[in-house]
Amino acid sequence: MKSVIRARNLQKSYGIYRVVDGLNLDVQRGECFGLLGPNGAGKTTTLRLLLGLTEPEGGSAELLDLPVPQAAREARIRVGVVPQMDNLDPDFTVAENLLVYGRYFGLRDAEIEARIPDLLDFASLTNKRDARVPTLSGGMKRRLTLARALVNDPDVIFLDEPTTGLDPQARHLIWQRLRELTRQGKTLLLTTHFMDEAERLCHRLAVMDNGRLIAEGSPQDLISSHIEPQVVEVFGEAAAEWAYRHAAYFADRFEISGETVFCYVRDAQPLLAELAREEGLRYLHRPANLEDVFLKLTGREMRE
Amino acid sequence: MNHFSLPRLSLRFIPIWRRNWLVWRKVAATSVIGHLADPVIYMLGFGYGLGSLLPEMDGMSYMAFLAAGTVCYSTMNSATFEALYSGFARMHEQRTWEAILNTPVTLDDVVLSEMLWAASKSLMAGIAVLLVIWLMGLSHSLLSLWMIPLALLVGLTFAALGLIMTALAPSYDFFMYYFTLVVTPMMLLCGVFFPVTQLPETLQMLAAILPLTHAVDLARPLMNGVAPAAVGTHLLALCAYTAVGFYVALVLFRRRLAR
Repeated sequence: MKSVIRARNLQKSYGIYRVVDGLNLDVQRGECFGLLGPNGAGKTTTLRLLLGLTEPEGGSAELLDLPVPQAAREARIRVGVVPQMDNLDPDFTVAENLLVYGRYFGLRDAEIEARIPDLLDFASLTNKRDARVPTLSGGMKRRLTLARALVNDPDVIFLDEPTTGLDPQARHLIWQRLRELTRQGKTLLLTTHFMDEAERLCHRLAVMDNGRLIAEGSPQDLISSHIEPQVVEVFGEAAAEWAYRHAAYFADRFEISGETVFCYVRDAQPLLAELAREEGLRYLHRPANLEDVFLKLTGREMRE
Repeated sequence: MNHFSLPRLSLRFIPIWRRNWLVWRKVAATSVIGHLADPVIYMLGFGYGLGSLLPEMDGMSYMAFLAAGTVCYSTMNSATFEALYSGFARMHEQRTWEAILNTPVTLDDVVLSEMLWAASKSLMAGIAVLLVIWLMGLSHSLLSLWMIPLALLVGLTFAALGLIMTALAPSYDFFMYYFTLVVTPMMLLCGVFFPVTQLPETLQMLAAILPLTHAVDLARPLMNGVAPAAVGTHLLALCAYTAVGFYVALVLFRRRLAR
């Protein structure tokens, strides 16, 4: 398959701080690719480099077979972007936002006007066509931002934390729309902090930390290759003390975080039997998920 | 993409200009009052108040003397406000630039559009003041029609200079320095309210290099039906301020935003 986004040994630093440090990336046509990482891992800078909005100190990038930033303008004609922070035009109505944005791509007004009904329908904003932006809810603004990113019928869509700050209903609606876009054959590159979002939407993921990709693969691959398949979470005041005495014997690996002990196991039965004997401990047995992988790879410490 | 490379300009500034025009149309009524109120009140207040004490200045009524200066300084103010406050809002607060830069439009196009838009607004301000002057019968000469292109050029000059401040500004408060240290002194030193020749020699030398002086030196004869002297020098000075201002602003915006 042909990659539509390609980065080779990409380097970018701000002052002495290396934000992107030898990044290699290939996103194939038609896939939804997720970029995960703690705050400050370099995700947004990576998107900016791939869009040609800033120049790397080293390495190269291609977007839709065009070198960026050299041919970024041509490449961006076929790209849509959903930024991390809303930057809709507050003075305009929903429809005016789409019209004005379409003009930046060199589209004629008649062309854009013809697309607006479909875009509004896609964003479930048909009845908000003439509403001004400040009157929209957070979810509506995000959907309008998504519709705006589609005004030029792009092949590739960049989404920087598309559902941050949304309630569950609004988030599910966005997910539905993003899946629809991948069904239409669009290529999606998204960054997120939400592991369930990444697990549901992305065909492939990369975990980024300190400007490098530290793991890459399908959500299932990442889980099976980086972590034990079962997790038993043990809670309670006595959990930590219990863990120091017994966890190492029953679990392949364990981590203590506050009043919770995370036990990673291949076979949970001996551990579950032990916990059933212990008084005063509550526990939860579940399959390992992407968040476990993420925390294993990037650590549990706060980054800010 | 060296920050110091020459501007690469394209026609893609047009959709940004149209965006600003659409915003402006929504607030046009209040905006026109804003354009007119301040300069007209200054002109009438000083014109009648001082004019009754000063029968003539440079061979014309004080009101007519003031009219030419008023067109220039209201044009300067309009371009400056637009480039500083509205430009900063679009760049920083509303993140309008960020949205635009994700499209095939580049930063060079955006900065060009800001300069042209601020100049367009100052052209409107200039025409509004000119209409009042013509209606009051303070200028009868056809030569005064040249004030229209001059207002556009003065708008470009002060838009370009203002954008340097916008590129440097951490917040709106920063703009106070520009007004107190640059705009207000220019209003008082460049022959808007009284002839520059009234100033001590050192201040005259300073005034001679300030852009508003060149604008006023062209405007006053044109408003009074006389061909200005040294047209080429004045136009060259204004164009030089515009070109250098635009280039410096662009380099600073690149450093700020394309990093």
